[in-house]
Amino acid sequence: MLEIKNLTATTAQEGKRQAALILKGVNLNLQKGEIQIVMGSNGSGKSTLAKVLAGHPAYNMIHGTIRFRNEKLIRCLPETRARLGLFLGFQYPMEVGGVSNQDFLRLAYHSRYKKKDDVLNTSLRFANRILNYVKILDMNSSFLPRPLNQGFSGGEKKKNEILQMAITGCELAILDEIDSGLDVDALKTLSKTILIYQLDSLFNTYFLQTTKSLILITHYQRLLEYIRPDHIQVMKEGKIVCSGNYNLGVVVDRKGYDWLSGTGLGSGLIEDLNKMKLQLLKTK
Amino acid sequence: MTTFLDHKQIDLVRQGCRFTERCVKPLRDNTYKYGFATVIESDEIKSGLDLETLKLISEKKNENGFIIEFRERAFKKWQSLKDPSWAELKYPPIDYQAIKYYSSPKQQQKLKSMDEVDPELRDTFEKLGIPLNEQKRLANVAVDAVFDSVSIFTTFKRELLKLGIIFCSISEAIEKYPQLVKKYLGSVVPITDNYFVALNSAVFTDGSFAYIPKNLQSPIELSTYFRINNEQSGQFERTLIVAEPGSNISYLEGCTAPKYDSNQLHAAVVELVSHEGAHIRYSTVQNWYAGDKKGKGGVYNFVTKRGLCLGKDSKISWTQVETGSAVTWKYPSCLLMGDSSQGEFYSVALTTNYQQADTGTKMIHIGKNTKSRILSKGISGGHSKNTYRGLIQFGRKANQAVSYSQCDSLLLAHQSEANTFPYINVRNSTARVEHEASISRIGEEQIFYFHQRGIPEEDAIKLIVNGFCQEVFRKLPMEFALEAEKLLDLKVEKSIT
Repeated sequence: MLEIKNLTATTAQEGKRQAALILKGVNLNLQKGEIQIVMGSNGSGKSTLAKVLAGHPAYNMIHGTIRFRNEKLIRCLPETRARLGLFLGFQYPMEVGGVSNQDFLRLAYHSRYKKKDDVLNTSLRFANRILNYVKILDMNSSFLPRPLNQGFSGGEKKKNEILQMAITGCELAILDEIDSGLDVDALKTLSKTILIYQLDSLFNTYFLQTTKSLILITHYQRLLEYIRPDHIQVMKEGKIVCSGNYNLGVVVDRKGYDWLSGTGLGSGLIEDLNKMKLQLLKTK
Repeated sequence: MTTFLDHKQIDLVRQGCRFTERCVKPLRDNTYKYGFATVIESDEIKSGLDLETLKLISEKKNENGFIIEFRERAFKKWQSLKDPSWAELKYPPIDYQAIKYYSSPKQQQKLKSMDEVDPELRDTFEKLGIPLNEQKRLANVAVDAVFDSVSIFTTFKRELLKLGIIFCSISEAIEKYPQLVKKYLGSVVPITDNYFVALNSAVFTDGSFAYIPKNLQSPIELSTYFRINNEQSGQFERTLIVAEPGSNISYLEGCTAPKYDSNQLHAAVVELVSHEGAHIRYSTVQNWYAGDKKGKGGVYNFVTKRGLCLGKDSKISWTQVETGSAVTWKYPSCLLMGDSSQGEFYSVALTTNYQQADTGTKMIHIGKNTKSRILSKGISGGHSKNTYRGLIQFGRKANQAVSYSQCDSLLLAHQSEANTFPYINVRNSTARVEHEASISRIGEEQIFYFHQRGIPEEDAIKLIVNGFCQEVFRKLPMEFALEAEKLLDLKVEKSIT
C-alpha cells in the first residue's frame, strides 16, 4: 500500500532562510488495512513526514522514494495524491472565511467521485453519506452552513477533519495529532468513527475487503486504548528509531522518549530494557 | 550522485516555483467576451474640445436655452481646473483634444417602435445579453440602451408612463420635461465640483432620466446599459434619478466596451435625489474592457456619483461590482440632509493584470439620527492596485448620527497591492463612528488545504473569492447577483490560469 524508502526532505529555501534538513532517511511499510501509529518527541519530524507525504510545497524531497498504490508519489501534485486516496487530517485545520463547510465538502467529494452525467446520483450519495457520519460523529448539523472551520472550537475542528476523511473516502488517512485538545467523550466518538470508517462497515460489505489504512500521529497513549495499532513507530531526529507493537506505546508513555538511544530498531528496545532492569537491580 | 541532483532540481522547480507561477503565468486573452466591436456607420464630429464643439453637440441634439448656458458655464469652469492628482493612480496625461465628443450611429429621427432600430445595433445588444425586441426583451427589467453618445431605445417606456413613472433618455427628458430637469440637474453634483464633473457637464451627450411620483413603488427594475463602441470617442453620460416622497425604486447599470489597444475615456455623472421616505437602490456591474495582460488598452473610468437624501427617513443604497476599466476613479457618495436618513454603500472591486482602482465612498452626515453603513471588499490579483478611499463626515447638527464601515482586502498574488485610506471627520460629540479594516492573502497553507482535499487551485480560489464577496452579492437584485458571481468567477479564472 505505502512504501517509504530512505525518505530525506528539507524545508524549502525561502529568501535568506536556509533549507533545514528535517527527515533524514525514513523507512516505513504499510499494508492495506493496517493501522500504524507514529510517536515521537516534539520536533522529531512526525508532522513533516505527514506533510511531505501529502505534497506540501514548503518541503522539498531530496532523496528516497514513496510508493503509494504502486504510484510514485514524487511525480504527483497534491491534488492528484488526494484523488489517489491519500488523506491528511491536519493538526491545525485552516480557517477559511466565506466558504461554507458543506460547499467545501461537496467539492471535495465531487473531486473524487464525480462522473459525467451522474451529478444527481453523486449528490444523493453525498447527502446520504454526510447525514450518516454527522450522526455517528455526534455533531450538530448547524455547523454545515457555517464558514469552514471559522469559529469552530478545537474539538469541532478535529471532528470536521474526521468528517472530511469519511466523506472523501480515502484509502490511506494520515491523521496528525487528531487527539490533541479533545475531551474524553469526544475522543471516544472520534475513535469509534475512525474504526467504523476503517472497516467501512457502513457502506461496503466486509467481504469486499475494502478496509482502509491509517497512520495516526500522536503523543498520547490514550488514543491507543481506543484504536489498537498493528505497529507503533517512534521517530527521533528525523528517523524512525524504534518500532514495535502496542506494548511499545505503553513503555513510551511511562518512560518518555529520552531513554531511546536512537540506535537500531525493535531489538534495541529490548536491549535497553534489559540494561535498565540490570541497573535497577544493581542499585537495589 | 547525478540522480540525486536530478531529483533535487526537478523537485525544486516543481514545488518551489509552483506558487509564484500562479501569479506570473500569462493570462489567456480571449476571456473578455464583450470585446467585439460593431461596424456601423456613425455620425460623429471631429475630435477636439472648444466652444464650437459644445455648439455642435447642442445643435445635434436640438437643445434650448438653459442647457446651452449650462454647458458653457461648465466649460469655462473646466478650463480653470486641473486634473486631480491625489488618487493612487498612474496613467499618462489624457489628450482631451484627441477625443471625439459626439458619435452616434446614423438613424432616422424619432423611433416609434423597436423595428426601426438598425438591425446591426439590435444584434449588438442581443449579443450583450440585452434583447430589445418586444418578444424577447427582459420581462422584469426596463432597459435604456446607450450606444456611444446616444440612447438607442428604452423598453417599457409607455407602460411605465401610464403609472406616472418617467423613464427615458436624458435628451428626451430635456425636451419633454425641461422644468424637472432644470430643477434637479446639477443640484446634487454642481458643475464646479471637480475636473471631470465640469468636463461632463460641458459635453454630456446622453444618459438616463427616471422620475418616480409620490408613494409609488416601481413594479419593475429600471436599468441602463452603456456601451462604448467608437475607438476615439469618449462617453460622457449623465444619469438623474428623482424619487418623490414615499416612493421606491431599484435601478441597475451595466457597462461594456470593445477591446482596443488605445484607451477610451468614460466620465459620467450620476445624481440621485431621494425625498422624504423615498428609497433608491442603485446597483452597478461595471465590466468595461480592462486592458490586456500587459496593461495595454482599456477604459479610463472617472465617475462622480452622488445621492442626496433630502427628507426625513429617505434612503439611498449604492451597490457596485467593479471588475472592469483600466483605471477606476469613483466614489459614490451620500449627502444625508434629512433627519433619520440613511446611506449605504456596498462594493466589490476586483482588479487583475495591471488594473488600477481608486474607489470608495463619502458619507456626509448633516441631519439628526442619520445612519450610514459601508461595506467594501477589494480583491487584487496580478500587478494590480486596489485602493479604498472613504470619507465619513459628521456635521455640527448631526446629533446621534451613526456610521459603521468595514473594508476588507484580499490579495491574490505577490505583486498585487491594496490600500485603504479612511478619512473621518467628526464635529459632533454625540455621533458614533466605527471603522473596521482587514487585509488578507490567500495563503499557501489555505491553498494546500484545498489541494489536499482534491480541489484544484482554480476552484479553490474561486470559492474563496466568492465567499469573500457573498455579503455584498446578497445586496444585489437576484438576477444581477448571479450574473455578478459568474462575472467574478470568469475574471478570477482569467487571472490565475
